Amino acid sequence: MSTPTRTPSGAPAQMTGAGGRVGDDAQRPDGVLKVRGEFAYSSDLWMEDMLWGVTLRSPHPHARIRSIDVGPALAVPGVYAVLTSDDVPGEKVYGLELADQPVLALDVVRYQGEPVALVAADHPDTARRAAARIVVDYDVWEPVTDARVALGHPTWNQLHDAPAEVTELSRESANLHPHGNLVRHLKVRKGDPEPTADVVVVGEYEVGMQDQAFLGPESGLAVPGEDGGVDLYVATQWLHVDQRQICAALAMPPDKVRLTLAGVGGAFGGREDLSMHVHACLLALHTGKPVKMSYNREESFFGHVHRHPATMRYEHGATRDGDLVYVKATIYFDGGAYASSTPAVVGNGGTMGIGPYVVPNVHVDCYGAYTNNPPCGAMRGFGSVQTAFAYESQMDALAAELGTDPVELRCRNAMEQGSETPTGQVVDSPAPVVELLRRLEAMPLPPDVPTGDDVDLRDMPGGVSNTTHGEGVRRGVGYAVAYKNVAFSEGFDDHSTARVRLEVVGGEAVATVHTAAAEVGQGLVTVEQQIARTELGVDQVTVHPKDTSVGSAGSTSASRQTYVTGGAVKAACEAVRARVLEMARSVVGRPVVDLRLDGGKVVSDLEGVALPLADVLGDEVVEETLEWRHRPTEAVDPETGQGFAHVQYAFSAHRAVVDVDTELGLVKVVEMACTQDVGKAINPQAVVGQIQGGTAQGLGLAVMEEILVRDGRVQNPSFTDYLIPTVLDMPPMRVEILEYADPHAPYGLRGVGEAPNISSGPAVLAAIRQATGLPLTRVPVRPEHLTGT
Amino acid sequence: MRLSCTVNGTPQQVDDVWEGESLLYVLRERMGLPGSKNACEQGECGSCTVYLDGLPVCACLVAAGQAQGREVGTVEGLTPAGAAPGELHPVQQAFLEAGAVQCGFCTPGLLVATDDLVHRSLAEGRKPADAEIREALAGNLCRCTGYEKILDAVRLAADRMAADPTAEAAR
Repeated sequence: MSTPTRTPSGAPAQMTGAGGRVGDDAQRPDGVLKVRGEFAYSSDLWMEDMLWGVTLRSPHPHARIRSIDVGPALAVPGVYAVLTSDDVPGEKVYGLELADQPVLALDVVRYQGEPVALVAADHPDTARRAAARIVVDYDVWEPVTDARVALGHPTWNQLHDAPAEVTELSRESANLHPHGNLVRHLKVRKGDPEPTADVVVVGEYEVGMQDQAFLGPESGLAVPGEDGGVDLYVATQWLHVDQRQICAALAMPPDKVRLTLAGVGGAFGGREDLSMHVHACLLALHTGKPVKMSYNREESFFGHVHRHPATMRYEHGATRDGDLVYVKATIYFDGGAYASSTPAVVGNGGTMGIGPYVVPNVHVDCYGAYTNNPPCGAMRGFGSVQTAFAYESQMDALAAELGTDPVELRCRNAMEQGSETPTGQVVDSPAPVVELLRRLEAMPLPPDVPTGDDVDLRDMPGGVSNTTHGEGVRRGVGYAVAYKNVAFSEGFDDHSTARVRLEVVGGEAVATVHTAAAEVGQGLVTVEQQIARTELGVDQVTVHPKDTSVGSAGSTSASRQTYVTGGAVKAACEAVRARVLEMARSVVGRPVVDLRLDGGKVVSDLEGVALPLADVLGDEVVEETLEWRHRPTEAVDPETGQGFAHVQYAFSAHRAVVDVDTELGLVKVVEMACTQDVGKAINPQAVVGQIQGGTAQGLGLAVMEEILVRDGRVQNPSFTDYLIPTVLDMPPMRVEILEYADPHAPYGLRGVGEAPNISSGPAVLAAIRQATGLPLTRVPVRPEHLTGT
Repeated sequence: MRLSCTVNGTPQQVDDVWEGESLLYVLRERMGLPGSKNACEQGECGSCTVYLDGLPVCACLVAAGQAQGREVGTVEGLTPAGAAPGELHPVQQAFLEAGAVQCGFCTPGLLVATDDLVHRSLAEGRKPADAEIREALAGNLCRCTGYEKILDAVRLAADRMAADPTAEAAR
C-alpha cells in the first residue's frame, strides 16, 4: 500500500519524546515538528499523480432540484470525474445521531451551501472552473428561518408582551423532514409545578450563531487501495464514527475503509461531523487515483456545523432574602437543516440550563428544531454556552432587584458537593462554586481608566483610531460562574481503547502508546506520554500514529479525552506493568511485595532490589490492549428529565473588567480573570493554555463573533467579516487553578477544555452591563446595542 | 510560466506555473514547502507570513510571478543551515517552551512575524514592549491559545536574542 507524503521524500513521523510525568509541564511531542513547519497537517498531504477534488454547493437555502447536467463540466480538459448522489453506492444519507443528511443532495436542498456535486481534476482551479459549469435547475422555495416558527410555537419579541400569534406555515414544504421539524424536546420537572416567590425577574435572551473558526481548513487525502478499499488521511475528532458513516455511504466493510489522523489545525467541535470525508473517497474510488480536498476559508464556513443560535425566556423567583425558589425556562436551539448533534445540545441545555445553583423547583422546556439555516452542531461547551448567558444575566437581574451584590447572591445559592441538580442527580465530587467566586473577588483589580495627557491610545476602546482620550469611557466589572458535564452523557456507552507496548530498543526500555484518540491541538499526545512514563517508569514513550487499526477512542469532544482515553492508557499501562512485575519476580526468584517500576528499573525498597528494566524484558515484547469505560450514566425520564445523566461536572468562574466608550459603543476588555477546578492538572501549562484559549472564544462570542444569516443566507463567510479576537482584543489574564480530586476519575482529574469557554462570555456581558447600565439581552453585543442608534 | 526565485537561500526553479497561482500555492504544492499555512487565503490570518526580500508578507496575497528573481524566506528556513539536529532558532525554542503552540496552524506565520519584530527592535537597541508586540502580531490570528503564551514566547525570545546578538534574521 502506498502512503501519502507531504513531499516525495517525506514520511509521516511517529512522535517520540522524553521527560515529563503526570503533573509536569511536559512539552508536546509534536512541538518540534510544528515550529519547524514540518508537521503534516491534512491540507499539507501530497502524493505523486494526485487529483484535486472540489464541491459544488447549493446557492439556495431551500429548493427542489429539477435536474443536474454535469456534461459541461466533464468536457473541461483536466477533469477526471464529476459525481452526484447517483454515484453514492451505499446509504445516501448520514449523520452523527440521526442519519438525515444527504452525502450529496437528493431531491431537496435544505441549506445554502449543501453539497450537490463533486469534481476531480488535475489542478484545483481546473476543478473549480469545471464545477461552475455544472448546470443545476432549482425550483426555489421559501426558507423556514426561525426555530419557533418551524415548530408552530408563538414567538415572543418584547419583554412582558403577550405572546405573538403563531406564524402558520401553509406550504407543503413546511415540514423540512419526514419526521417533522422537532429534533428533540427535553422537559425538566422538579418540585412544585406552580411555585410562588416574593421577588420575580423575567428575561428574554438571544445568542447569535458562533463559528468554531479553526484555522486548518477541512481537508484530507483519499488513496484507493489495491484491495478495492480506500485509505483516508483526514483531520477529524473521532476516526471511528467517521469510519462507520463512510462505510455506510460506500457500502464497504470497515477493513476496506481505513482512516489515519492527519495533522489537525484546531477543531472545537467543528470536525465532529463529516465534511469532505466521503466525497474524497468517492472521487478516489471512481478515478483510481489519490484525491486531495482542501476547503478555502469561505467554503469552510459552509463546510461545517456551527454553534446553535438560541432564544431563551427565563423566570427566576426568590425570597426577599435571596434564596432561589424556582426557575422556569423555555429554550429554543435552532439546529438548522440537519440534526447533527442537536439532540445532545438540547440535553445539555435542558439538564444544566439553570447553572450551578441549588433550586428546589425547576420547570424547563428545551427544544431543538430544524430550519433552513446552516446546520448547527457541536462547538466547545455546547448547550451550556448559550444558557449561561441567560442564567447568569438573570442572576445579575435578580441581585439588582433584591439590592444585593451579584457575587453574594451567587454564593448564597451555589451548588456544592452533595447538592442535588435539577435532574435529581446528587453531585458526588467537589463543587467549589463559592471558592471559585471568592478567589476571583480577592484578586487585585487593574488600574482605573487612564485619563489625562499621558493616555496611550492603545489602552483606549477604539485604540489607535484615536476615537477617545478617555471622554465618555466607563469602567465595568462583571462576574459569572458555570458548570458543564464532562464526557458523553445520558446512558451513552462512552469508552476508549488503548494499546500499550513495552520493549527494549537500543538497550533501553521504550513504551509505545497506540490509541485512535484525535489530537487536535489540545495536547492529548503529551498526556498519553506523561501517563505512560508515570505508570511504567520509563523516559522514552512513542505515540503511535492515530488510526483505525486500534479500537475506538470515542470523540475528542465534551472535555473527555484526558479522562476517558487517559483512563484507558492508564489501565493498559497497569496491565503491562503487572506482567513485567511478574517477570521480575521470576528473575528475583522469590515473592517481593513492593515491586514497582521507576527510572527505567524494577525497584523494591524493602528488599533493596533495583533491576534494569531492559534486563528484565530482554527480547520480550509486553503488549496489552484494553477497553476502558467511566461509570455508566442513564437516560433521563422523558416526562421529568430526572436521572443520573452526567458522569462528572467541571466548574469555572470568570471576572471581566471592561472599558466602554459609551458614545461610540466600543468595548475594550481590560482584563480577564479565571478560576477553575481541574481536579488534577495532568499538564499545568497545557491546562492554563486551555483556560486562556477557552476564555478567548467566550469573549469573542460576547463582543464580536456571529455568523449573520438573513433569509437563510450567510452574509459574512470570511475572516474579513467574521471577526475572531486578535492579540489586540485579548487582555492580560489571571488564572488560578484548583485541584480538588474527583474520586471517580483517573488521577482525580476533571475535563478542562469547555468550562472556561462557558463562564467567560457572560462575565464580559455583565461587565458591559455594569459599565453602561443597559439591560443587554443579546450577544454578541454590537455598538448599536450600546448607543441605541 | 517558469518561476525562478531564491527560497531560504537556495535557488529554486519551477515550470508550468499557472498565472493565477499565489506564491503560497507554489511554495506548498510545487516546491514541497508546506510549512507556510493556508488558513484563510485572503490575507486576514497571517498563517502564510513569509519574508519577501526581507519584508514580511502574506504569501497568499503575492502572485507567484511577483516573486520572480526575489528572495523568499519561510518557516522552514528559520533554523540556520548546518544547524545540529534538534537545534532550533531562538524564536522556535521560545514558542515551544512557553507553551505557545497548541494546534500549531498559526505558528509558522507567528514565528516569521516574531523574528521580524525582534530583529527590528534589537536593531534599534531595545526589546519590544508589550504594546508593540500586540501591534506587530495583530495580523496573526490564533484560535487556540488566547495569545497569552504567545506574548510570553515573544518576550522570552527577545530576551535570549538580545543576549546573543549573533543570531541572524532569516530574511
